[in-house]
Amino acid sequence: MPTLTLAKAITAGLRRSLDSDDRVLLLGEDIGALGGVFRVTDGLQRDFGADRVMDMPLAESGIIGTAIGLAMAGYRPVCEIQFDGFIYPAFDQIVSQLAKMHYRTGGTVRMPITIRVPYGGGIGAVEHHSESPEAYFAHTAGLRVVTCSNPQDAHTMIQQSIACDDPVMFFEPKRRYWTKGEVADVADPPGLGRARIVLPGIDVTVVTYGPLVATALEAAAAASADGVSIEVIDLRSLSPIDFDTVTDSVRRTGRLVITHEAQQSGGLGAEIAAVVTERCFDALRAAPVRVTGFDIPYPAASVEEHFLPDLDRLLDGVDRVLDRANSLSGWTA
Amino acid sequence: MSTIVTRPHRSDDLSDAERDFVQLVTPDGQRRPHPVFDPFLADVTPALIADLYEDLLVVRRIDAEATALQRQGELGLWPPVLGQEAAQVGSAHALRSDDFAFTSYRESAVAYCRGVKVADLLRIWRGTSHGAWDPYEVKIAVPAIVIGVQTLHATGYALGCQKKGSDTVAITYFGDGATSQGDVNEAMVFAASFRAPVVFFCQNNQWAISEPVGLQSHTRLSDRAPGFGIPSLRIDGNDVLAVLAATRMALDRARGGGGPTFIEAVTYRMGPHTTSDDPTRYRDKAELETWARRDPIDRIAAHLDSLGELTDALRARVTATCDAVAADLRAACLALDPPHPLTMFDNVYAHPHSGIDRQRSQFAAYLAMFEQPGTSPEAGA
Ligand SMILES: Cc1ncc(C[n+]2csc(CCOP(=O)(O)OP(=O)(O)O)c2C)c(N)n1
Ligand SMILES: [Mg+2]
Repeated sequence: MPTLTLAKAITAGLRRSLDSDDRVLLLGEDIGALGGVFRVTDGLQRDFGADRVMDMPLAESGIIGTAIGLAMAGYRPVCEIQFDGFIYPAFDQIVSQLAKMHYRTGGTVRMPITIRVPYGGGIGAVEHHSESPEAYFAHTAGLRVVTCSNPQDAHTMIQQSIACDDPVMFFEPKRRYWTKGEVADVADPPGLGRARIVLPGIDVTVVTYGPLVATALEAAAAASADGVSIEVIDLRSLSPIDFDTVTDSVRRTGRLVITHEAQQSGGLGAEIAAVVTERCFDALRAAPVRVTGFDIPYPAASVEEHFLPDLDRLLDGVDRVLDRANSLSGWTA
Repeated sequence: MSTIVTRPHRSDDLSDAERDFVQLVTPDGQRRPHPVFDPFLADVTPALIADLYEDLLVVRRIDAEATALQRQGELGLWPPVLGQEAAQVGSAHALRSDDFAFTSYRESAVAYCRGVKVADLLRIWRGTSHGAWDPYEVKIAVPAIVIGVQTLHATGYALGCQKKGSDTVAITYFGDGATSQGDVNEAMVFAASFRAPVVFFCQNNQWAISEPVGLQSHTRLSDRAPGFGIPSLRIDGNDVLAVLAATRMALDRARGGGGPTFIEAVTYRMGPHTTSDDPTRYRDKAELETWARRDPIDRIAAHLDSLGELTDALRARVTATCDAVAADLRAACLALDPPHPLTMFDNVYAHPHSGIDRQRSQFAAYLAMFEQPGTSPEAGA
């Protein structure tokens, strides 16, 4: 079993898909000779040719719009958006065209398109390079939205996404690109839409995804030293959300904390808190708590550590659901 | 195809080669007379050329110092101007003080010439602020990082000037890669529709990160604008006098109600895309060497020399200015401290917003847990 970084695990997965299916094409800015700004497509143009790994003109709407046409012509495009903040020029093509094509055509036209988006903060970048726009897409009917947190999932999920006949938004946690882990060819991997309990626990359920899975695991380790047992769930899929896994857990622990980097209002945390409250209200021993980015534009790099949920903020949220002393003790709603 | 397509500026005295590429100073420093563009340089004395020479060297020094600061960990990132100094300094010098520039991220030399303070050049790259400076004070919008967006802003600003009856002109700077974006093409449509007083200043530095200009366009970039009904010029972007003259011509046309002009300044990005980039992965050393021989500063120095103006006194003056600016820049950089974390909640809205106010005070309460009693800036919040 090779040990790969998360980035190289995606590279290996892309290579697999290119190898096994001639219809797979890679489209993006600087993905050829440069190998992408994060080198995720490194070597792929050399090995598969410029016909299949195509540097595209600098226009995101153009990339997604032409991918739609290529898909109609029978190809399976995998588009790279260079950074989260540069997806918006393609928003119309994704939300009004790609997402609705299958529905609009009564199921006649399939859109097997994967859109890879490095997302999230924590790398000290300038504006527009640290955003978490996943909620816009999870809000859009017709798109599947997934995100990986470790090299193994990155490797299998990218292949599953490319094999899927629905459009898949594939969010890559860029600050975890360099995380290493073993990558195997799993014979029977979990389905693309399935969540996973990455750490079992009994006192509190922490639901997260992407870059904050590692943070949640660190918080769980710190909490266990303090006698608190946290169960950590990696959602993996944000549309659909595997609510069975989440509600099973909450029924056992009675307490839920959701954490993501994205802004809070209208975010995934709101959806999860609402569904859990609807489905297991009786099992809840405390109101669900969200620990998220604030409802501000992603701030300048020198203060991003305050924007991003970290171990301390997450444990403060855990203290809230446990009714222990916390930053909002005595706070009146 | 001719690149000077507006009839009033079309001269039958020009050869095809000249129409296709405006160059007023040859790479070895010889000034070539030009019937169309010379009138725009009527006031250009040796003293003014010396000033341009000084600014070119100063902005190159700023670039070198900022690159060094990035290497030393004091800046997160820096996009070098190296090689494009003449395109930026020449065009910025053509602007009137009330004209308004809308640039991308690479135009630190334009910003410097507009009077932006050196500390302000660095804020966004040091990560202490998104807003670099007060745009109204220096008449230059904050840098646009999302490719191409600023061209529409310039067009709208120009429309505003037109509506108010002022003769202020907007100029927008963007790259060869940006010409592929929908926004840039829409900006040309809008500017042409309303004859907006805007100048489209495209620095064709041959590369968009790793993508050569040939991927963006199979024609000259200057040949695109006429399709939108916008006259264009293709100029030697490494010839500061050609840039000055062409930009003045375009500004004059806009000011006089003649509408937009597109200028393709042909130049070269001598450095990496940014300090994070590794151009050895995608471009040839030979290409770099060819362009090194067309250096914009060597050229104007040779020209000054041919005029007998490259004196020891001038050299000494320029060196002193460069040293002073570099020292200022370094000191200003090191003095830029991270803002207080609670300031990240400021200015999201112009009016109070209950959601933000609540998050701000809750975060203040959170921060207070980590502070000694009494030291919280939000004590009691
Ligand atoms: C909408 C958008 N997509 C992608 C990027 C990433 N990116 C930053 S600079 C750049 C290349 C720009 O090339 P060009 O317009 O020629 O300007 P230059 O960098 O050469 O000055 C790219 C693709 C971006 N900033 N914005
Ligand atoms: Mg360029």
